[in-house]
Amino acid sequence: MANVTLRSVRKTYPGGFEAIKGVDVDVGDGQFCVLVGPSGCGKSTLLRMVAGLETVTGGEIDIGGRVVNQVEPADRDIAMVFQNYALYPHMSVYNNMAYGLRNRGMAEAEIKTRVEEAARVLELAPMLERKPRQLSGGQRQRVAMGRAIVRQPKVFLFDEPLSNLDAKLRIAMRVEIRKLQRRLNTTSIYVTHDQLEAMTLADILVVMNGGQVEQVGNPLAIYEKPATTFVASFIGAPPMNLMSTRPDEIKSQLGSAGEAGILGIRPEDFVITDQTPAGGVALSLIVEAIERVGAETFVYGSRQQEEQRVAATPGELPPGEVIVRIPGTEAPGIGQTIRVAAVRAKLHLFSGDGRKRIEA
Amino acid sequence: MQKQAIFQSKLLPYALVAPQLAIVLIFFYWPALQAVIQSFLLQDAFGLSTSFVWFENYLDLFKERAYFEAIVRTFFFSFAIAVSSLSFALLLAVMADKPLRGSTLYRTLLIWPYAVAPPVVGVLWIFMLHPSLGVLSRYLRNMGIDWNPLLDGNQAASLIILAAAWKQISYNFLFFLAGLQSIPRSVLEAAAIDGARPMRRFWTVTFPLLSPTIFFLLVVNIVYAFFDTFGIIDTMTRGGPGKSTETLVYKVYTDGLLGGNLGSSAAQSVILMIMVIVLTGIQFRFVERKVTY
Amino acid sequence: MVEEEGFRRYVAHIILWIGIAIVAFPVYLAFVASTQDNAVIANGQMSLLPGGHFFQTYYQTIFVGTSGSTREPVGNMMLNSLIMALLIALGKIAISIISAYAIVYFRFPFRMPIFWIIFITLMLPVEVRIYPTYKIVADLHMLDSYAGLSLPLIASATATLLFRQFFMTVPDELLEASRIDGAGPFRFFWDTLLPLSRTNMAALFVILFILGWNQYLWPLLITTRDDMQTIQIGIRKMITTTDALTEWPIVMATAMLAMLPPVFVVIAMQKLFVRGLVETEK
Repeated sequence: MANVTLRSVRKTYPGGFEAIKGVDVDVGDGQFCVLVGPSGCGKSTLLRMVAGLETVTGGEIDIGGRVVNQVEPADRDIAMVFQNYALYPHMSVYNNMAYGLRNRGMAEAEIKTRVEEAARVLELAPMLERKPRQLSGGQRQRVAMGRAIVRQPKVFLFDEPLSNLDAKLRIAMRVEIRKLQRRLNTTSIYVTHDQLEAMTLADILVVMNGGQVEQVGNPLAIYEKPATTFVASFIGAPPMNLMSTRPDEIKSQLGSAGEAGILGIRPEDFVITDQTPAGGVALSLIVEAIERVGAETFVYGSRQQEEQRVAATPGELPPGEVIVRIPGTEAPGIGQTIRVAAVRAKLHLFSGDGRKRIEA
Repeated sequence: MQKQAIFQSKLLPYALVAPQLAIVLIFFYWPALQAVIQSFLLQDAFGLSTSFVWFENYLDLFKERAYFEAIVRTFFFSFAIAVSSLSFALLLAVMADKPLRGSTLYRTLLIWPYAVAPPVVGVLWIFMLHPSLGVLSRYLRNMGIDWNPLLDGNQAASLIILAAAWKQISYNFLFFLAGLQSIPRSVLEAAAIDGARPMRRFWTVTFPLLSPTIFFLLVVNIVYAFFDTFGIIDTMTRGGPGKSTETLVYKVYTDGLLGGNLGSSAAQSVILMIMVIVLTGIQFRFVERKVTY
Repeated sequence: MVEEEGFRRYVAHIILWIGIAIVAFPVYLAFVASTQDNAVIANGQMSLLPGGHFFQTYYQTIFVGTSGSTREPVGNMMLNSLIMALLIALGKIAISIISAYAIVYFRFPFRMPIFWIIFITLMLPVEVRIYPTYKIVADLHMLDSYAGLSLPLIASATATLLFRQFFMTVPDELLEASRIDGAGPFRFFWDTLLPLSRTNMAALFVILFILGWNQYLWPLLITTRDDMQTIQIGIRKMITTTDALTEWPIVMATAMLAMLPPVFVVIAMQKLFVRGLVETEK
């Protein structure tokens, strides 16, 4: 049991490339921290630095009150689940789990107890003598988890552990991981690029971009109050609609808040209505496409008024395009013009460069 | 290309490379250096004095008619062995590549001669074609051929070429078969649908796609003919009759051992070394081509 | 695959059987000769069917040797060949795998120069340095010894390259997982890398054993004592005297015995053999 603290952690490669540009994160004892961001944002590098697989070129990593910058991975009292599982292909499931314990000189009897307990929890008991290649993807994943839990480490590290599984299994395993972590109450750091996985797993969510932390906090708080346009469009699917406040149509509706520069509205916060809520924003859209997924329907509309691009962020829509989420399967016809509106409380305002949230 | 995940240790890696490095330096580099030095020295007949003679050993070599003939002979042997063995092996491989019943059995029955040592190959063939007791010699004489490879240089040379090519069939067969099997079936099927009949399909599709394998095997066969024929020659003809089957390697051996002419033998070694370097260079070029193909 | 009609298939079968006959005939003849009487063979009247001297010839060959040229029992020669082949094969694998391990899994000064030093030995086969190497082995008092037979042939750039190539394909995460599991360089090598290399080692062993067993020029130079000669050298000495004295049944029995181990290895371990052959040529 331990908390993990990163203090202005930096990583600069010998070539001069700065992968991590000063990160401060504090993960409390027993908390589940998820690092999320697009590929290349440095989240995996940061995790590997906590593991001791990458050297730290600046700042401090503190595990359970001990600065571990110079400590060997084996001595950090951590366990890691790799994306490709990194199971020892020539060892049985039992030996895969026992290996780390044997290296630490644990008595065979104790190893047996621990491995069998882990196998019971992970439902691996019938396949302890099998080799990894005789297992399915999900079973391999569970062996990798088992290898981590038998160690009873201070910290679990997960490097995109579910990305090699198919969609259905991924959701099932996601729930499993969360249940297991709750029960063991072990501090965990989990890396993923999947925002849904991040939202559902995290106690603390760390959104990263370009080697920096964009926002840290409770996932729902982040969803409700994204600190930057990057976070706004990365967390939540489909992404938040972002538009410039400059066109008169919007500026006039926002009043003084129109100075902000960028206006964001989540697709689910629109309603189709002819009214304009007080202080809210209403837009007219020409319907271009409809996606019905059963419980909800997405309407892709374009604003009649052309405008320039807003901010370069992942999941960005073409300029002038707006997504609206409506419940059920009732939808307007393509080519029709509709009016949508969002109330004042659901508006997100950002500075013109998208780096700062402005509370109206 | 480098590994990202590595161990940190100052001395361990040196300890790990030490055994190989020691053997390489003592038994490879030092002798090679000695050969180079030796090739610039001239020893008198009794080995009492040596003098530094620059390139005299080399110049003498190139003036020597026998050496020139050995070079030509070696290249001729290499070429003859490579072409005969490659074409026969290719024929067999193309047949074995067909979907036939028992194709694995055919493969097994064709690859084992790889394991027969060159001196044994020599013994097998000289016995079969021995002038007085060879089983096949009877038939040759019945056909009116005055067969005596122990006296006739050309017959001796053809015997060496036959034996050496025989041994190399299995190796070439194996690589041809692998090459043929790596040609996508769909390409051949497309050719068949495009109206190419089997023979045409072979020459217009299979053969061009096989060309990297052919080049690769050509180089390997030439290297083989340069060096591994030593055992065959030594048990069959000892380089004779006359010097009609003396290759470059065989000459290095006889000049150094029997002739005691170490300076000349060393110069020949150095020239051979240069040839090996060139051949290896070519081989690597082709191997790279093979990889990117 | 394009299916072919019957006629072409028959032609293929016939050509393959002709090929097999050509490949096998010299060996069949050797076997037949090894079972016949020397006098009949020397007359040039040899039958093409096996004779009745099988047990007598092979007994004499293995335990006694020829009565003329070399009196060494071939059994002893086979033992020498076996020891030499095993030393060469195992020695090459051992020193290559550890040097490849150092080159792939460590960064140290002179890493690449050392790699090149090993690599260039590909261009220095024993044939181009025979006498100077002979002299060194003589100076080290290793003539007529197993060390002298095997050590100068033991360095292998091919094997080092092969292991290097294989190690490069081993996922980095295995080493990282091992490090987290508390394994150092020795443990990782012994517990993970070595077991993973098993197939490669076996394939390499098959090839190296055959090459070692078939060595000829080097043993020819450095063995002078009859009790140290390998079977390949023995066979040559048996036909060194004038034709009239050559005991052909014994020579042919020796040839059969010389072929037996490597051919057995090729047939019994065909998969490994093919793999080894293809991989060492890469």
